[in-house]
Amino acid sequence: MRDGRVVKGVRFRDHRDVGDILALAGRYRDEGADELVFYDIGASPDGRTVDRGWVERVARLLDIPFCVAGGIRSVADAEAVLAAGAEKVSVNSPALAEPGLIDALARRFGSQCVVVGIDSQTVDGDYRVQQYTGDPRRSRDADRRTLDWIREAVERGAGEIVLNCMASDGVRRGYDIAQLRAARAACSVPLVASGGAGATAHFAEVFRDARVDAALAASVFHSGQIAIPALKAELAAAGIEVRLG
Amino acid sequence: MSARSVVIVATGGANIASLVYALERLGVRATLSAEPERIRDASHVILPGVGAAADAMRRLRETTLDRVITRLPQPVLGICLGMQLLFDASAEGPTPCLGILPGRVERLAAAPDRPVPHIGWNTIEPCVDSPLLEGLRAGDRAYFVHSYAAPVSSATLATTDYGAPFSACVRRDRFFGVQFHPERSAAVGARVLANFLGVD
Repeated sequence: MRDGRVVKGVRFRDHRDVGDILALAGRYRDEGADELVFYDIGASPDGRTVDRGWVERVARLLDIPFCVAGGIRSVADAEAVLAAGAEKVSVNSPALAEPGLIDALARRFGSQCVVVGIDSQTVDGDYRVQQYTGDPRRSRDADRRTLDWIREAVERGAGEIVLNCMASDGVRRGYDIAQLRAARAACSVPLVASGGAGATAHFAEVFRDARVDAALAASVFHSGQIAIPALKAELAAAGIEVRLG
Repeated sequence: MSARSVVIVATGGANIASLVYALERLGVRATLSAEPERIRDASHVILPGVGAAADAMRRLRETTLDRVITRLPQPVLGICLGMQLLFDASAEGPTPCLGILPGRVERLAAAPDRPVPHIGWNTIEPCVDSPLLEGLRAGDRAYFVHSYAAPVSSATLATTDYGAPFSACVRRDRFFGVQFHPERSAAVGARVLANFLGVD
């Protein structure tokens, strides 16, 4: 999300417009998406808070859960988004800057509302957390190891972890199975795989081999390359439990 | 259907909006209220719940709504934590609850392949015929987000399995409860809400 439109980049850069928020949300609802995540990618780098207007419009339209990420820096920010109808809030850069935010959100709203998003990159054979990834000029190493940060976030009260493997993002060559397996072993709450989906087989692979609880994708759905009903039918045929329409 | 006035009990939870919108999609304008008179005057009362059981019970006791709710003669639907509050007690706190339904709500047991909270779409298996579940088929899925669950008992209308079966839907007289979030469970959830509003 940027300026009221849905945008998508490649490896977190060069974002292009892919459509109107409500039109896309309605399309994915009808196609059988199980949950939508809205990233306000400009919010954290700009020091902005998520604009609440669109959250309410999306909430009126959707009858499936959705999560709002970006620019949530305080309990008050989260409260506004949840009051507007979002199911969950996802915190990323602000939680790295002030980890106590996770504890505060979990105390106030319960862990089930609190998602911690992590942007991770392989650096010298180790998985490392990246911060302010919404803006290529400010994106930087957060000085934390990814697996340590997952454990800490869960201990502080995160109810779900979304791990976005940046090298895979937007390039459609498959999820980073090795990294997600390592994350799975470190993560006792639901783990959502993000970054790299390019074919139906990639989804089956990440569920089977990395044992994640959910797989998030954007490019392949925005472009229409993968249709959700066909994807779910194939996953079901492969013995993976999915909700069919 | 006769005129319905739906009141959602204001328990201090933050995300009531999605429930209000789900009712709007069914053509019903719900009122959010913590006033005993407003709640007593409603045709249908919904006890929502997000947050922790002990906090929610403390707020209900402070406002005497605990006594108001237990004495309501009209159909009442507890959702998620709101359903859990209908039971005798909850291990979350722990805290005594409203005592309308027998039993104690327990924490879900985590396992390597079964993280807690239980988040996601899971199947609802009806075990008793009930107006609340009319039109639902075995294997229909609803959206769950919870760490605690009510045991299967004589009050259970439908179960869900997460390592072990727990109560997905319960009923005692005019008190109904669903552990899932009907407001975020697509057509299945809309049907359950419509069914509840159809109970006179």
